[in-house]
Amino acid sequence: MNSLLLRIAARYLSWPLLVVSLWLLYRGHNLPGGGFIGGLLAASAFMLYELSGYGRPQRGFFSISPFFFMPVGLGVAVLSALPGLLGGAFMKGLWLPGFELPLLGKVHLGTPLLFDIGVYLTVIGFILLLADTLNDESS
Amino acid sequence: MTTALAILIGLLFAAATYCLLRRNLMRVLIGILLLGHAVNLLLMSASAPLTRAPAILGADGKPIPGMADALPQALVLTAIVIGFGLSVFTLVLARSCFQGKAIDDVHDLGKEDSP
Amino acid sequence: MIDLLVISPILVPLLTLIVCLIPRISAKTSDAISLTSAGVLLACVSWLLITVVSHGTLTLRAGGWAPPFGIVLVADTLSALMLWISAFVAFVVLIYGVRSGPDALSPGHLHVLIHGLIHGLMLGVNGSFLTGDLFNLYVWFEVMLISSFILMVREGHHSQLPGGLTYVLLNLLASALFLSGAGLIYGKLGTLNLADMAAKLGALQDPDLVNTSGALIFVAFAAKAALFPFHFWLPASYHRAAPAISALFAGLLTKVGVYALLRLFTLVFTPANGFSTTLILYLSMATMILGVLGAVAQYHIRRLLAFHIISQIGYMTAGLALGGELALTAVIFYVLHHIAVKSTLFLVGGVLEARTGSPDIRHHGGFYQSSPLLALCFLIPAFSLGGIPPLSGFWAKLNLLQAGIETGRWLFIATALIVGILTLFSMIKIWNESFWKAPASDHPRPATNTGGRPFLAMLSLCGLTLVFSLGGAFVFRLAQRAAGELADPSGYLDAVLKGGTL
Repeated sequence: MNSLLLRIAARYLSWPLLVVSLWLLYRGHNLPGGGFIGGLLAASAFMLYELSGYGRPQRGFFSISPFFFMPVGLGVAVLSALPGLLGGAFMKGLWLPGFELPLLGKVHLGTPLLFDIGVYLTVIGFILLLADTLNDESS
Repeated sequence: MTTALAILIGLLFAAATYCLLRRNLMRVLIGILLLGHAVNLLLMSASAPLTRAPAILGADGKPIPGMADALPQALVLTAIVIGFGLSVFTLVLARSCFQGKAIDDVHDLGKEDSP
Repeated sequence: MIDLLVISPILVPLLTLIVCLIPRISAKTSDAISLTSAGVLLACVSWLLITVVSHGTLTLRAGGWAPPFGIVLVADTLSALMLWISAFVAFVVLIYGVRSGPDALSPGHLHVLIHGLIHGLMLGVNGSFLTGDLFNLYVWFEVMLISSFILMVREGHHSQLPGGLTYVLLNLLASALFLSGAGLIYGKLGTLNLADMAAKLGALQDPDLVNTSGALIFVAFAAKAALFPFHFWLPASYHRAAPAISALFAGLLTKVGVYALLRLFTLVFTPANGFSTTLILYLSMATMILGVLGAVAQYHIRRLLAFHIISQIGYMTAGLALGGELALTAVIFYVLHHIAVKSTLFLVGGVLEARTGSPDIRHHGGFYQSSPLLALCFLIPAFSLGGIPPLSGFWAKLNLLQAGIETGRWLFIATALIVGILTLFSMIKIWNESFWKAPASDHPRPATNTGGRPFLAMLSLCGLTLVFSLGGAFVFRLAQRAAGELADPSGYLDAVLKGGTL
């Protein structure tokens, strides 16, 4: 697809979309958002960039095959369930003491966030793989 | 609201059943997708009667008035995600069937083909 | 520690699935990983079975949430037995080798993916056996089904696609019905925890909608278990998958449906709660007859065996409909025996197909002479399926008939006897055509060497059948214990809602 508007928009939109997806991922534990929604948004940022004619970003982190995101994401999600065994029950949420950060306010890190990160990665991998497969077949 | 929801669910189920009974394979697929939506709405409607106290309580330990039961929403979200994956798979599978032998009639599915 | 033990049947296949998803693993490595993991799984569930038998029902509360709110996993004797037999079958099927037959040339990454999918299937199967929550049962079923969908059509042969599509469509329909039933019962009771549902149903004043959702859920699982009149997808699809895969499907998939029926219709939708089992009995009898008639008419070996699955499913659900501890014991024994026997027969069918290059038994012949070991591997499960004493099928059928006599269901007894004779007849048909008669000369034989691994697999399954036959009393006691827990669910309710013995 070759469209000037889409190209310009993709260049300026994909990075903010990624940042917003991370924000959604972070706030997901208590507010609307979470790993799944964040992952969908991040995947759509990737797809927007790709469909506008730039192709898949080739440098550094982004050259990783999307297929790799799925095992890593699933692995992170499973690992996040294991510390709970020490805290009394499988999958029990464990939290680090909160601390203050500028902009974000009080930050709580813990295993539920780790689980969400796993879901986030898995969803990105799945959607990109899907898009790749359908793209390959149709061209 | 409940009545409108009930009518909508009924219509969706009726449309889904109609499509599922067609011979055209594409219509059967549309029927399955519609059926998924009907079922999701039905699950949503399970949270409509506010006679039960939801599992999540307010800060004072009492249910917050006007708050819906959150569990069916979680269920629907899960069902949508699973349904999404399965529909994509089914569509790809059906497309392969079209490409292979141009099957678009459900009656051709049952035919035993020679190996 | 107990938590880890209860979750291990889910954790082990999940971790294997993750490893198999990592790109660029060689086919050989994945073979080794897959087989090791299946061995570890078998060890874990054996330990779980021993613990459950010695300590009673185990539960796991995910996240430490109290039962009606959180997700709970329950391992009682029935779950543990089913977990054990499915882990055994999976292990044996992996020994048999998923690469035998025409797909030996499949490229490496596809091969790794197949191992991943088999473990994904086990993940869903084990999850379904362990879950104590209606909605999670749906989720685990979907995990199992999506893996089975891909395994069914993975080679992309055009012969696989139509049968696969029928299978997928019917399962999607059944899942939708199940979900509607679950939604209705949740709207009624406000809980999805099976034990909590049972407790609340007993105290319910107005039972409207309970039977509706019970019927919806029954139809959903009847379709997954291939009960008449929802059985047409099974003989259309099973024989099209690769032999090892179809053996796994034949052993496990429909039986997960039977397990779900056993669990739900003894715990939640019981006759005491107003759900009638008479309909189940008549549907089961129709299933038995139609399944075996289909088998009598078939000459495609694995298709014939697929029809037998249907007929045998009828025996199991009939036992459920008869009710009472004796019938349930017979059903549980029947399920265990059937999984072992049916998987063996599908594996034998796979070897026969590979050796002759034809699935049609009229083109086979002479295997009694050329391969007596193969003949033995066929004879033991075939006679067991036909109900010849002292093999396991005889004990299973005998107990079922006794339960029928106790409840005075004479029509069922007559049906069971006739179907038993027809089953034996169609087994003898395979024996005559494939093993006894002189080799067919007009059929070209591509020399596919199957190697020794299939025999190791088939012999270990035959060994299991012999254990069920000769050590029947021991297995029967286990089944009796499981049936006792089903017939009197107060122990289950206590373990889930109050915390159990450990």
